[in-house]
Amino acid sequence: MTRRLTLSVFRHNPRDPASVPRQDRFVLGETAGMTLFIALNRVRDEQDPSLNFDFVCRAGVCGSCAMVINGRPGLACRTQTKDLPDEIHLYPLPNFELIGDLSVNTGKWMRGMSERLEAWTHLAGEPEHDRLETPMEPELAEAIYELDRCIECGCCVAACGTARMREDFVGAVGMNKLARFRLDPRDMRSDAAFYQVVGDDSGVFGCMALLGCHDVCPKALPLQTQIAYLRRVMARTGIL
Amino acid sequence: MKIIYSDVLVIGGGLAGLRTAIATKRRGLDTLILSLVPAKRSHSVAAQGGMQASLANAAKGRGDNEDVHFEDTVRGSDWGCDQLVARMFAHMAPKAARELAAWGVPWNRVRAGAHEAVINGERVSLDERAEAHGLITARDFGGTKKWRTCYTSDGTGHAMLYTVSDRAIAESIPVHERREALALIHDGHRCHGAVVRDLVSGELTAYLARATVVATGGYGRIWGVSTNALINEGMGAALALETGVARLGNMEAVQFHPTAIVPAGILVTEGCRGDGGLLRDTDGYRFMPDYEPEKKELASRDVVSRRMAEHMRKGKGVKSPYGEHLWLDITVLGAAHIDKNLREVKDICHYFLGIDPAKDTIPVRPTQHYSMGGVRTDHRGESPWLGGLFSCGEAACWDLHGFNRLGGNSVAETVVSGMLIGEYVADFCQSDAGDLTVSTALAREFLAREVAHLRAIAAGRGNEDGVAIRRRMEAIMTDSVGLFRNGPHLEATVGELAELLVRSQRLAMRGHRLDANPELVAAYRLPRMLKIALTVAMGALARTESRGAHAREDFPARNDRDWLKRTLVRWPEGEGAPALDYEPLDITGMELPPGVRGYGAKNIVDHPDSACRQGEVDEARAAIADRHKLQAALMPFRQLLPERYRGRNERLDEPLGARSEARQ
Repeated sequence: MTRRLTLSVFRHNPRDPASVPRQDRFVLGETAGMTLFIALNRVRDEQDPSLNFDFVCRAGVCGSCAMVINGRPGLACRTQTKDLPDEIHLYPLPNFELIGDLSVNTGKWMRGMSERLEAWTHLAGEPEHDRLETPMEPELAEAIYELDRCIECGCCVAACGTARMREDFVGAVGMNKLARFRLDPRDMRSDAAFYQVVGDDSGVFGCMALLGCHDVCPKALPLQTQIAYLRRVMARTGIL
Repeated sequence: MKIIYSDVLVIGGGLAGLRTAIATKRRGLDTLILSLVPAKRSHSVAAQGGMQASLANAAKGRGDNEDVHFEDTVRGSDWGCDQLVARMFAHMAPKAARELAAWGVPWNRVRAGAHEAVINGERVSLDERAEAHGLITARDFGGTKKWRTCYTSDGTGHAMLYTVSDRAIAESIPVHERREALALIHDGHRCHGAVVRDLVSGELTAYLARATVVATGGYGRIWGVSTNALINEGMGAALALETGVARLGNMEAVQFHPTAIVPAGILVTEGCRGDGGLLRDTDGYRFMPDYEPEKKELASRDVVSRRMAEHMRKGKGVKSPYGEHLWLDITVLGAAHIDKNLREVKDICHYFLGIDPAKDTIPVRPTQHYSMGGVRTDHRGESPWLGGLFSCGEAACWDLHGFNRLGGNSVAETVVSGMLIGEYVADFCQSDAGDLTVSTALAREFLAREVAHLRAIAAGRGNEDGVAIRRRMEAIMTDSVGLFRNGPHLEATVGELAELLVRSQRLAMRGHRLDANPELVAAYRLPRMLKIALTVAMGALARTESRGAHAREDFPARNDRDWLKRTLVRWPEGEGAPALDYEPLDITGMELPPGVRGYGAKNIVDHPDSACRQGEVDEARAAIADRHKLQAALMPFRQLLPERYRGRNERLDEPLGARSEARQ
């Protein structure tokens, strides 16, 4: 027998002075292979066309659809309803600016973090397009890719105790990025340069090691190890 | 009226748009990017298997070069592409891969010595030479003579997009996120920018610019099931179409990828087959060698997709509640290989199918994947009919892919076209033609029109159901404008789409807000999607031949005599239907005259010029040994390139000497 699911969805339009934050309940029949992507779109198509939420790739790679699903940040597109109870509570990610309902402005947050941390490869110079590329050890390329897999979904920031208290905290996403660029020989920065952007309480020393980030990362990035390692290196850089 | 001025307005924050913006910013031009979503969420991120560039580092890539890549691309296009563009592209792809390598893409690298690979279902040992150690490696892809596809596991698009997007941030290029261009501002001859809606506040702004670049991706979402991201609704093509002046090219050229999972339609990369995966039917039988004994699973995408459909029509499909499918079997590759090189595939199988691809076969079926057609431009990316309007990437038809794109050529095209078109846009802006001469009255007129249009839609005084109309469009596109097409079905489809278009302009609305309101967004996009759908269906109906991905059951032959031409379509203002015309491809200048692709039996109506040109080409080949000189004699193209990109590409087997030699 098909289950009847109840989606209890956070609703609020921050631009409308009359809007009061509330939960709306939508009831729908579960279908085989149903994901929250399918369920929310059915709600919008059949019950309430004004419901705001964000899906882009619907395949778990673009990081648009992170939300709090029964208390836990995760990617809605690849969450199967069969793994959830009859009643499903959906909230927007905390710690981000609310656009409306389940939609939050992760893009603005991520761009701000990237600019502050200078989260890009600091090049020694421009490449010679015509020449053979500089060799790299295969294992090193794979290790960089391992940390490069972050999709900036914001789950780690939503699950972060420090981010709740400090608006300027760079989160696991920021620290992982610096770890990624630090590992990359194409980035010319020294540890002292990394210390300048991440060696304070808004960076590695603000982390309380609760590690909710590590538990919820949809890409299973090794955040625990990377944060601990970066903190050790930055502490040493700060002392020396 | 709020107006934002820039030199260059790039619409679209995917790889093509970002790389264009980097080029124009570096030329000293004030550049800004509009994006529906945060740039890193663009559909480029979903490219998995890799980027073609003839680096020739890996053992199975030895002997590769621009010539081989060019020929693969032209054959792949079923001779529908612009060969000059294909030449420029093949020449640029190694430069693009190397630039990305320097900027930070963690390309997988060659490891010297022996390693195992799976080829044609068997484990073989390959030996990588010591000099190649640490250089960018490559995997096999369909329709290619060499292993040419550079990759980062199966997250290539992600790694590329993040590196290029980070570079754009590093170079302080603003991205106005969650904004949508609703109309191009133009005077019938020259494009001056766009009217743009803030998807959060609903506010409209006129963006005025010397050059406007449409880099909005494809139009896959007019089909019900597509591998495309949800934002790929063809809105960039619609912007150009609604000018009434600019033309779209080859809209009927649409690729169906052999391996999307059933039922979600999510892609699993061609790299699965490139790395040795096999296709099997309901009996577990490997059927592709029966149809294509030479290339088997690694025939061109259009060919594999059609063979799969053919095999299912013979009753060999696997029955499922979601319709018939076949199996993709990568178990032969082993868990270690999948964990390292096909990890996104593993994740997709786990989360969307609940299976482990190292142990289980994957249910797949051909699914809409890529738009070869798009905004028709010249090789500089500019519309010949509307000055100052440029386009690149999947949104454009400059026309690299003709009637079938090779796997791995799309992400390569995004960065290559961005590198090139960015330079041409900068040249344009720095020329007299690039001066901004628009009056603010014109901007106000366009803005007022959009405001009135949105208010009328939001008032919602009609009685039609937008969701139902959209579902119907998706269904008839899937049924009639899919893998196989025929006249009667296409004719009925064109008629019904025209009706849906009329109905879509009188929708009932439940809400009336003008700020973040998904119902409003769906309502104003729907007629534009239907217009795009009509251009596709009408192009397909008119083209009475089969070429590449356009397969007509009632006209199975490729007809070079009558159809070696590009479809052009525009939508004259105030008309109820688009107007088609055609642009012939000139065989007498082709480096590779029309011939047989090498799949199935020859079924071609020859063009009278083909044999003559083939004779000239054969003569030149016999007379000139040096490949560069031969190429220059047959179809000179370097003069079309920006000067900085004219140099030869170095390879292990083709070393460049001193710096001066590289420039020749």
